[in-house]
Amino acid sequence: MDIVRNPKIDWLGLKWFFVVISLVLMVTGAISMLIRGLNLGVDFTGGTLVHVKFTEQPDLDRIRLTLGDAGLKAEEVIRFDELAQNEVQIRIARGSAEESLESTLESNQVFEALRPEYDSDYMETGKLDLNNISKGDLSARLQELDPEALGEGRPVAEFAAHYDEISEKIINYRTEQSGIIHRFSELDQLGLASGVVKALNEEAYPGSFTVLSVESVGPKVGEELSTRARTSVIIALVLMLAYVAFRFWPIYGVAALAALFHDVFITLGAFSLTQREISLTVVAALLTLVGYSINDTIVVFDRVRENLRLMRREDLATVINTSINQTLNRTIMTSGMTFLAVFALYLFGGQVLRGFSFALAVGIIVGTYSSIAIASPIVLWWHNLMEKRKMRS
Amino acid sequence: MKRNLHYRLIFIVLVFVVSVVLSYPPSEKINLGLDLKGGIHLVLQVKTDDALEVETSQRREMIEADLKAEQIVFTRTQVTEDFGIDIIGALRDQEDQLKVYLNQYAPAWTFRTRDREGEVDIAMTMSSAERKALAERTVRDAKETIQKRVDQYGVAEPTIQIYGSGNVQDQIIVELPGVEDFDRVLNLIKSTAMLELKLVHPTGGGPFATREVALQNFDNRLPPDYEIVPYPNSATGQTTYLVVRKAPSLTGQNLKTANRTQDDFSGRAEVVFYLDSEGVSIFTRTTEQNVGNRLAIVLDDQVYSAPRIDGRIASESARITGNFTPEEAEDLALVLRSGALPASIQILENRIIGPSLGLDSIRRGVFASVVGLMLVVLGMLVVYKLSGINAIVCLLLNLIILLAVLSGLHATLTLPGIAGVILTIGMAVDANILIFERIKEELRLGKTVRSAVDAGFDRVFTTIIDTNVTTLIGALVLYQIGTGPVRGFAVTLGVGLVANIFSAVFVSRTLFGLVLQRWQVEKLSI
Repeated sequence: MDIVRNPKIDWLGLKWFFVVISLVLMVTGAISMLIRGLNLGVDFTGGTLVHVKFTEQPDLDRIRLTLGDAGLKAEEVIRFDELAQNEVQIRIARGSAEESLESTLESNQVFEALRPEYDSDYMETGKLDLNNISKGDLSARLQELDPEALGEGRPVAEFAAHYDEISEKIINYRTEQSGIIHRFSELDQLGLASGVVKALNEEAYPGSFTVLSVESVGPKVGEELSTRARTSVIIALVLMLAYVAFRFWPIYGVAALAALFHDVFITLGAFSLTQREISLTVVAALLTLVGYSINDTIVVFDRVRENLRLMRREDLATVINTSINQTLNRTIMTSGMTFLAVFALYLFGGQVLRGFSFALAVGIIVGTYSSIAIASPIVLWWHNLMEKRKMRS
Repeated sequence: MKRNLHYRLIFIVLVFVVSVVLSYPPSEKINLGLDLKGGIHLVLQVKTDDALEVETSQRREMIEADLKAEQIVFTRTQVTEDFGIDIIGALRDQEDQLKVYLNQYAPAWTFRTRDREGEVDIAMTMSSAERKALAERTVRDAKETIQKRVDQYGVAEPTIQIYGSGNVQDQIIVELPGVEDFDRVLNLIKSTAMLELKLVHPTGGGPFATREVALQNFDNRLPPDYEIVPYPNSATGQTTYLVVRKAPSLTGQNLKTANRTQDDFSGRAEVVFYLDSEGVSIFTRTTEQNVGNRLAIVLDDQVYSAPRIDGRIASESARITGNFTPEEAEDLALVLRSGALPASIQILENRIIGPSLGLDSIRRGVFASVVGLMLVVLGMLVVYKLSGINAIVCLLLNLIILLAVLSGLHATLTLPGIAGVILTIGMAVDANILIFERIKEELRLGKTVRSAVDAGFDRVFTTIIDTNVTTLIGALVLYQIGTGPVRGFAVTLGVGLVANIFSAVFVSRTLFGLVLQRWQVEKLSI
């Protein structure tokens, strides 16, 4: 099956059309970046990202207010993603007090802030929060209560292991259930002794939320990570330019580099327009996109190099056009396949990978376009310029 | 050619078998990153200035004592703000003698002299090489101490490494997979655990209600050898203050070991520590000489208790009491056993991932990968028909090799790493697509099936190398510069690319060869 049968499109003739498209995209991106800026994640700005899961779909404003009362400035409270309505991602700004003392947030600060609002009934009872307690603490409490009455005059050490096992069972079950136990009756299937179930019923409660992760980045690390991200993109670009210049001709390297800048810039513009957060993984995606975009360019260039030997009579414009047309099916097919894979990632990979797959999805489209619309015309333009100079002299 | 094909086939099967053996079962062989397994990722900064400060003040004390012993006259010595030492008001006649002494006993220090009406001031600074060496030693010691603590706490496969970009690498990355008691572990790592036994001032020792009251007791002029330290009372919850000697009589360096115990009467948890032989003799001597005085047990600049010395104590053990829970006592004993940190540390970055989040990420990542794989497989079959099978075999082999190499390298699979796998799927078929499209072209030119296949592979070979090398450059840069999850991505991407070249160029061609040899193919299904 051919996607396009025997294409004979005059790509270079469309170059003004392409220039307009690229300019529109880049200028839109630039304006957005100037006005709205880039939404840099805590990796770069410093701050804390907390991921909380509730038993029921929570009200976002209530969370924001509760945190505010506890002195935590929640910059952003959003639902984690469409598949997980009960999960919330909270971004907390770097407090001024933290800077002097400790540059990161204590892991339990958010938990302590939310608890009085959501589990106030249990605050003073001293009961255990089954959805937030650690394995060790649960076991310690069970050993103290000794609901199976194993203690009768024996030292703790002899039956501690038994309760360790029970709490491990419970906590593993909780992990399996994505961090939340809704009702005690769920524990029935674990085959616990009736004494244990009774003790848990009396001494514990299933809390209405659990803190799944806390990622706190100090200002210094943020700065360092930004520098690293920038350097890595620049180093990668320069190395690729060098490789292409070495394998082909210097101007091919320059043309490829121009296309890469174009791609990265437009992708960043898309991030600015949609105000998607840029995290370290997004930078990784940008680097991959750089590698990917140059692939397309190289495939075309390779064909141009081959055709230059075969079609000695034709001028460069015809050679480039033919080369693009000959590789067009491959270009569409590869981009299509990679796009499908990335799209699956975008849909099903969850929030953490969403920014990553968004960058790649945009990058694949722009990268495919730029190898045809940007890189090749630059090579031709340079060639014509050199010809003119030769004619004059 | 026929023999050659068979050798190739045997080689491919061999690679396949080895890969499967290496990577089976994947759940055990593949090392999961923190974002998938849950755990703590910390970036700590060692405040190397602390160690510099200690070194400078010790050096100052030593110089002062030495100069007195050598009968070199001076007015006073002081530590400057940028860790220098000033010797003020030395006699000019003794300048040479002083210089000889400094050259001999403080070779790592440079000094400048300044004349002042018959006297000389000397400003000493530590040479930058020595300063750097000291800072590096401090970071190394801190790393070792943290390593000991983590090992004693019991974490499977911790990663603790020195890291940083400045003149001195003063950061330490700590990765503790599977850890659950986040706050406990954080405290364990962070606490300096500087244990000191200090004599309380014999007459004006306190306790005082506030620092100010303590100061007033000395007419607001504290004797230079003394300092005020807080003494929180564990029973009442109030903090009082004691005046104690600055120089400790004994420090945690003379500690042999420490354990959690229980008080016989109250049943409270406490910590007992044992001194080494040098420690015992110092302790005996100190108690002998200071009968009637109090000796404060100071931990991280806080007094825990200050018992009166009733007589010479030749004991090798002492207790730290406080309102400890058994767990706290256990942790305190642990940090004391592992020794004090040579400098305080600051947490720069702190990522805590719960295990259930990691499990969710794995589920989602794997599901997305499978869907992506299915879509690509379907697409290849629709467009390239039977030849698509060839591409799919290559793709699957590619994935198995990728898993095997990840297992073999003990590389860590992270969530972005899973994304890298999906991306590899997309890129792996690129090579096949390039080849297939070229074969189609050659067929259109009227070549026979066999020569079209050969031409397709030969012509496209350099393109495949070029495209993979450039992407590999990106992966290498990411690996060099990234950390944690991003590095995991770079590894899967890089390994995937190399496996890609093998499967697309070598395996795919062998498969075509085998098919064309077995059957007389008139028309290629492509």
